[in-house]
Amino acid sequence: MLFGQSDHMNSVGEGCTDLKREYDQCFNRWFAEKFLKGDRSGDPCTEMFKKYQHCVQKAIKEKDIPIDGVEFMGPNKDKP
Amino acid sequence: MVKYFACVGLLRSSWDQVCMAFWQRYPNPYSNHVLTEDIIFREVTHGNCLVSRRLLTKTNRAPRWMEKYLPVTMARLAYIIEDSIVDPQARTMTTLTWNISHARMMSVEERCEYRMNPDNPSWTEINREAWISSNLYGLSRAVQVRPHPGHWRSMPQIGPGRLHWQLKRRPKTWPHRLRRNSSLSDLALVLTERLFPTLFPKGLVQSTVL
Repeated sequence: MLFGQSDHMNSVGEGCTDLKREYDQCFNRWFAEKFLKGDRSGDPCTEMFKKYQHCVQKAIKEKDIPIDGVEFMGPNKDKP
Repeated sequence: MVKYFACVGLLRSSWDQVCMAFWQRYPNPYSNHVLTEDIIFREVTHGNCLVSRRLLTKTNRAPRWMEKYLPVTMARLAYIIEDSIVDPQARTMTTLTWNISHARMMSVEERCEYRMNPDNPSWTEINREAWISSNLYGLSRAVQVRPHPGHWRSMPQIGPGRLHWQLKRRPKTWPHRLRRNSSLSDLALVLTERLFPTLFPKGLVQSTVL
């Protein structure tokens, strides 16, 4: 830990931070040890991700954050 | 009118290390304004690419006189979306970051491509582009920003072990001369600098505008 800061970020949903951190730890391990090395065996974080998503998507709706209908890479599609 | 910027940078770390650091870059000493970070979509495609969407909440440090013109919910916070595609076969990562709040006032998009440096496979090159536009009357003409041509710039090496991405937030490759004609251009510059501090050298907006 550097500069006296916390090691982890919070989720936009206050009650989702623990789920987020658990998922992030799982993902970072899978990403480094499996995905980047070309290992296509299953993602061990799927269930954790589902729980985290259920929580965070609810928080996004409650806070009225305008993510609905935003296309993936949307703004850049028409650019060269 | 859309303003366009482009530059090329170099990280003295491997593409793998850069990608791992990308997912762990918050918090860092330069990101005190980033309040929350969430992955809100992720999947591995049939082609084995990782596609993700990250939602960031940042403080919106607008001048007090501006706050009264903004909706209450948007006065203090800004929302940013970052989409990314990681292709481990091609060893490329493409990211697109843009603001979904205050977009009617100003839209800022930044696209980055990270790939292995062809001259040195243990380094990573970044091709960076940004588009800034505004719908506010008079604003698009009032903001005059002239970037110098992009050139290679070395960035600090990312060490082994725990990765804290210490990229400098004020890239020297984008020095600007700013000319302002009205208070609306001040607003645009402040918003842009608050939302995307990497686009501006440190203190440039404050020294010019405030």
